[in-house]
Amino acid sequence: MISVRNISKKYPVGKGELTAVNQLSFDVAPGELFGIIGPDGAGKTSLFRMLATLLLPDGGEALIGGCHVVKDYKQLRKKLGYMPGRFSLYQDLTVEENLRFFATIFHTSIDENYGLIRDIYEQIKPFKDRRAGKLSGGMKQKLALCCALIHRPTVLLLDEPTTGVDAVSRVEFWQMLQGLKSGGITIIVSTPYMDEASLCDRIALMQQGNFLTTGTPDGIKAAFAKPLLAVKADRMHQLVNAVREAPVVEDSYAFGEWAHAVMREEGHDRELESFLSAKGFRQVVVQQTEPTVEDCFLKLMRP
Amino acid sequence: MKMITAKNLSKVFGGFKAVDAISFEVEPGEIFGFLGANGAGKTTAMRMLCGLSRPSSGEATVAGFDVYRQQEQIKRAIGYMSQKFSLYDDLTITENIRFYAGIYGKPGRFIKEKTSALLRELHLETEADKRVGSLPLGWKQKLAFSVAIFHEPQLVFLDEPTGGVDPITRREFWNLIYAAAEKGITVFVTTHYMDEAEYCNRVSIMVDGRIEALDTPAGLKQHYSAASMNDVFLQLARKATRSAD
Repeated sequence: MISVRNISKKYPVGKGELTAVNQLSFDVAPGELFGIIGPDGAGKTSLFRMLATLLLPDGGEALIGGCHVVKDYKQLRKKLGYMPGRFSLYQDLTVEENLRFFATIFHTSIDENYGLIRDIYEQIKPFKDRRAGKLSGGMKQKLALCCALIHRPTVLLLDEPTTGVDAVSRVEFWQMLQGLKSGGITIIVSTPYMDEASLCDRIALMQQGNFLTTGTPDGIKAAFAKPLLAVKADRMHQLVNAVREAPVVEDSYAFGEWAHAVMREEGHDRELESFLSAKGFRQVVVQQTEPTVEDCFLKLMRP
Repeated sequence: MKMITAKNLSKVFGGFKAVDAISFEVEPGEIFGFLGANGAGKTTAMRMLCGLSRPSSGEATVAGFDVYRQQEQIKRAIGYMSQKFSLYDDLTITENIRFYAGIYGKPGRFIKEKTSALLRELHLETEADKRVGSLPLGWKQKLAFSVAIFHEPQLVFLDEPTGGVDPITRREFWNLIYAAAEKGITVFVTTHYMDEAEYCNRVSIMVDGRIEALDTPAGLKQHYSAASMNDVFLQLARKATRSAD
């Protein structure tokens, strides 16, 4: 459904250049939910804007549903739903007016495609006469999604829809995406939250214009290929640095209530435990754990 | 002396109780996590504690100063940093530092000496005269935090300081928070990353304008029989009945 080859974008910065997107190639199958996971500044938005026909690539090309993002942009826009990262609906129009406006520019009506947005729109319908600017973050996000869907696109591009949104609204939003996906829409979604990666069919981890890796969340975790231990002790703030000093440890970093230790080889759990006891740590707990997508991202960031 | 005390602190807009009689205390040197869903009332509560918004009722002191009568003293005693607004992109690193330290009335010599120490610490010596806008986001956020505590406040408010930051920088940022706490600066922090809630000494969770839970992360997980702070948060925030606005 989506085929991207060596797509690039550079911006002039002073006398130099900043490569925002560096020769990326990837494919997305019809009905797939593809996640692009990366921090701010990774190049996610530039990539989305090129796919959404709003920014010209400096090199490479992309086809979406058989349409070329540069040559066939007019035709492609009818098939695309795009939700930019920054809220971009009309603040002074009401919820319903915004929706009707977007339906009208695509020569359709709310009634014609209501089935597609019903589950989402019903949640904000009680506020249909409220101005969009006066909505909460969660409701704005739902309205923006409805507006991106109202012309029944086959491909949905969602640029950081859950950024700054609380954990409850994030769970709800991902449930909505699962619903849309089961309706057959192909979705590319970006997010800075690593824990959302597991909700995608396939993901790309993006940093400084490059994909560090691409694959299914399970496949990426399986490629971690080093033993990972979770460590706890009485003085957590000092623990990470102490763990990192252990010769059997390759890397260590805080991970919620635990410190994670990437081990050089299997079977050195006891050595680490006695190393920490010798350093004066008490109540030391060392146990094996499975890598998360965030562990993989950290590992790939440190070459 | 407690660093923050709040007793039945409330803020009402028209008929809407944005903050509904919250009571809590923060100890000096503590890292205090202030969590809540969008619209739960966190921002309004923080604005009152920072001396930017007058409470409708209740009592509170921040660094020993009263939130009704001593708002200016509060502003001088605290530091503040948010993800959305931190430094001026069009000023250089040194200009930003001089500007903020100047606002807090720090003398020129203090600013000069401390600036070189800070730039060394952050390995930014060669970037000192570059505009902040040209720095990568992660550096900018670390610098913004250092600037927020440059005038050596007793307490610093951090409003979603790590939003959108990469996982390595996020951890480096928390190392700066620990270092500040070890120097005795009290840290009051909001975040949407639930793993960061684990890094706090104590965490409060606001739901519909009230503080529904307040304890150590371990205490909260035990009380709600939850495996992670994310589970605790979801259990509590799902009780919300008012729509977020």
